Amino acid sequence: MKSSTGAHTGTGTWLVQRATAVALAVALPGLTIHFLTALPVDFAGWQTLFVPLWVRVLLLLTMTALALHAWVGMRDIFMDYIQPVGLRLALYLAVIVTLAGCEIVMLMALWK
Amino acid sequence: MKPIARPVYLNLLRIHLPLTGWVSILHRVSGVLLFAALPFSVWALSVSLSGEAGFRQMADAAAHPLAKLVVVGLVWAFAHHLFGGLRHLALDVHRGTGLRTARQSSLVVILAAGLVTLAAAWRLFA
Repeated sequence: MKSSTGAHTGTGTWLVQRATAVALAVALPGLTIHFLTALPVDFAGWQTLFVPLWVRVLLLLTMTALALHAWVGMRDIFMDYIQPVGLRLALYLAVIVTLAGCEIVMLMALWK
Repeated sequence: MKPIARPVYLNLLRIHLPLTGWVSILHRVSGVLLFAALPFSVWALSVSLSGEAGFRQMADAAAHPLAKLVVVGLVWAFAHHLFGGLRHLALDVHRGTGLRTARQSSLVVILAAGLVTLAAAWRLFA
């Protein structure tokens, strides 16, 4: 249904931020504990930690949630503090390129 | 006595933030810090998995006192952002919105993040 008071796209963005927040609040401490308990390791041991498929899938999913979460957060901050439209768009683009780059580097590091 | 003139602009040095305000602005600051650290972390992980030499390089870099200091700073940022974020999620579902509980939960966020940071500093430097 079309609303008479704006497109309400902000509600969707808000929900993405909250949903990824919950996912990250579970995944990041879990992954941190999982890796920290395995330390210290040499290179062979370090590599072995990334062999199980679930570890790699979970890391990539976490990276994706992180990218979405960071995008909404940085966008909020720029909308609040950066008034010139051109500069704001340039910063948006920089954030998107950075996060997409992180996603790609992560994917290539885990599957090669 | 003349009352203090009301600020006509936001003078950051004269603004007195309540505890809840500190937790709020530090949530943003910690979020930006974590965003800034993300590309370097992903790059470091990638290098560490690229081979024996890359792993050695990253392990040596991580052992440097300056790197440890950065890690302690990022542990604070992560802990504050996580605890402050959980507080926000509670506020979203109308839990702890009273002034008294909001102040108390702010204090809990600051203290909990401080404790985690101290533990990390202790673990890395002691």
